[in-house]
Amino acid sequence: MDMTQAIILTIMTAATPLLLAAIGELVVERSGVLNLGVEGMMIMGAVAAFAIAQLTGSAGLGALGGLVAGMLFSLLFGFLTLTLVANQVATGLALTILGLGLSGMIGEAFIGLPGLKLAAIEIPLLSDIPFFGRLLFSQDPIFYTSIIAVIGVNWFLFRSRAGLRLRAIGDSHTSAHALGVKVVRTRYLAVMFGGACAGLAGAHLSIVYTPQWVENMTAGRGWIALALVVFASWRPTRVLAGAYLFGAVSIGQLHAQALGLGIPSQFLSALPYLATIAVLVIISLNRRMTLINTPASLGKSFVPER
Amino acid sequence: MRIELKKRENMSALFSVLSPFIALGLTLIAGVILFVSLGKDPVSALYSFFIEPLTEVWSLHELAIKAAPLILIAVGLSVCYRSNNWNIGAEGQFIIGAMAGSVLPVVFHGWESPLMLPLMLICAMIGGAAYAAIPAFLKARLNTNEILTSLMLVYVAQLLLDWTVRGPWRNPEGFNFPETRNFADNAILPRIIETGKTHWGFGFALIAALVLWFIMRRTLKGFEISVLGQSARAGRFAGFSDKKMVYFAFLISGALAGLAGISEVSGAIGQLRPVISPGYGFTAIIVAFLGRLNPLGIVAAGLILALTYLGGEAAQISIGITDKVTRLFQGLLLFFVLGCDTLIHYRIRLVFGSAQKGSAT
Repeated sequence: MDMTQAIILTIMTAATPLLLAAIGELVVERSGVLNLGVEGMMIMGAVAAFAIAQLTGSAGLGALGGLVAGMLFSLLFGFLTLTLVANQVATGLALTILGLGLSGMIGEAFIGLPGLKLAAIEIPLLSDIPFFGRLLFSQDPIFYTSIIAVIGVNWFLFRSRAGLRLRAIGDSHTSAHALGVKVVRTRYLAVMFGGACAGLAGAHLSIVYTPQWVENMTAGRGWIALALVVFASWRPTRVLAGAYLFGAVSIGQLHAQALGLGIPSQFLSALPYLATIAVLVIISLNRRMTLINTPASLGKSFVPER
Repeated sequence: MRIELKKRENMSALFSVLSPFIALGLTLIAGVILFVSLGKDPVSALYSFFIEPLTEVWSLHELAIKAAPLILIAVGLSVCYRSNNWNIGAEGQFIIGAMAGSVLPVVFHGWESPLMLPLMLICAMIGGAAYAAIPAFLKARLNTNEILTSLMLVYVAQLLLDWTVRGPWRNPEGFNFPETRNFADNAILPRIIETGKTHWGFGFALIAALVLWFIMRRTLKGFEISVLGQSARAGRFAGFSDKKMVYFAFLISGALAGLAGISEVSGAIGQLRPVISPGYGFTAIIVAFLGRLNPLGIVAAGLILALTYLGGEAAQISIGITDKVTRLFQGLLLFFVLGCDTLIHYRIRLVFGSAQKGSAT
């Protein structure tokens, strides 16, 4: 494996959790719900995946456990915002605070233990393609899932009837409701999908990226994923591009730290966060595009009239 | 079984008062379940968590010290949240305020002047406000999402503090420990009463709460805050500027977070360290909501949340459970608060079986 391949590979590994979490949140926001709890669902996925992998001895079950944990955790958010119509921003924050606390408690028993790593799956024939085979076709299952999720979500949103309904709900839940679309049920499903993606993204951190449990190991990635959705102006393919861009930034700063360019490491560590702000600013410069793409009902509560 | 909501014609006055208490009760019940599942005696666990810290004078002072930053920050956040400005970066403004306020006692060490402390407080408020001005500017000018920018700036502030304390501001006589010089006596925030540790930060918190309560209840500005928060469009018709409100809300909350930062550093810690806050800026969000965004309610809520910090420490010592349980309690409390607030605006009905036919008419 040459140097370029190695660097691209690390960028892909860094990008995968961002991509998964962002693609899930994209569907949630397209349905008109703003779930700021991505960080909380991710960390729950991370701790559940690590714990289940430890207890069962199977990293695969761990990944599945992370996915389920994220999904169950998102139901809390769904119940509060969709059934009890609580404020979405505040509830999302609550989910993050709760997730960080609960994962810290669950994870305490697992601190310092060597983790299990999810094995890569080599796809026959395709993985033999020079250069690209190694990068694209001998990866871990979560990477494949993230790519399939982008393609699937893109198809679902823009090519399927159900996706059209979901977008209609996001743009005007009152009109969609009047047309007989099940607003609350669809939103529940969207929120659960977002939770599953965030949970799997967290699982990637604790059983692929750095197979160990560290408190707060998501380190703001959930929030960066939220920013990516805005950056991508709610389009799956742009989320893909954005996630890899961010993967490159975070790997770039790690390499710069290793080289010791005389720049304090803290400044380099701040780069991904500053890049997030920069990207948000750049995207908001084009106000018309943001206005056109933002789901019009985003963050607004819906109570069906009876 | 389904849950149906029916909008009340008027806000329920009863539930506006009751909902925080119901939420507290539910949190306690969740606590019992948690402790039982951990195999601890729930009564003694809850006692050491919530009662024991209140039984001794020194721990009451600790309570006030912990409540001070929470109240100061949350009072500022209440202005933000009421006016629909989602500043969730108070933790960063707290840190930058603490750093700005520490320039005098650290860099100009040995400057002996009675002006030291007042200038420190002012610098801290300016520092916090300036840091909050970044997301405010981006929101007012470019419509950039303030939730994400203010939060990202928290991470940046934490890293900046870390670098400063390990780098340029490290104590030259400190055996290479990552901390600044100890503040000189004239840079230490005095105690309110001689016999206890409570410093003036708690006094500032009470004053800030009273002043903002007056502004919100009795002045046109307060009216403007809530009108713009409920509907920016209606506010514009009334001649209020939603852009100016963005700055107003962020600058006030930033300044108060900065004041909280320097009060903590100068009153409780006495120097800068790589970590100066156990997440006060985030816990204050819970305080703001538990206090129903009312500055006086926030004083009570701040004391309750401060108790969870002390309770966590006490429970770790006396019954040997991790102090992580504190964060869990805090998160649960916010959940219950938000859930119970539904009762204020809606009647909740449980519907059994399928109600499809009935609702079609």
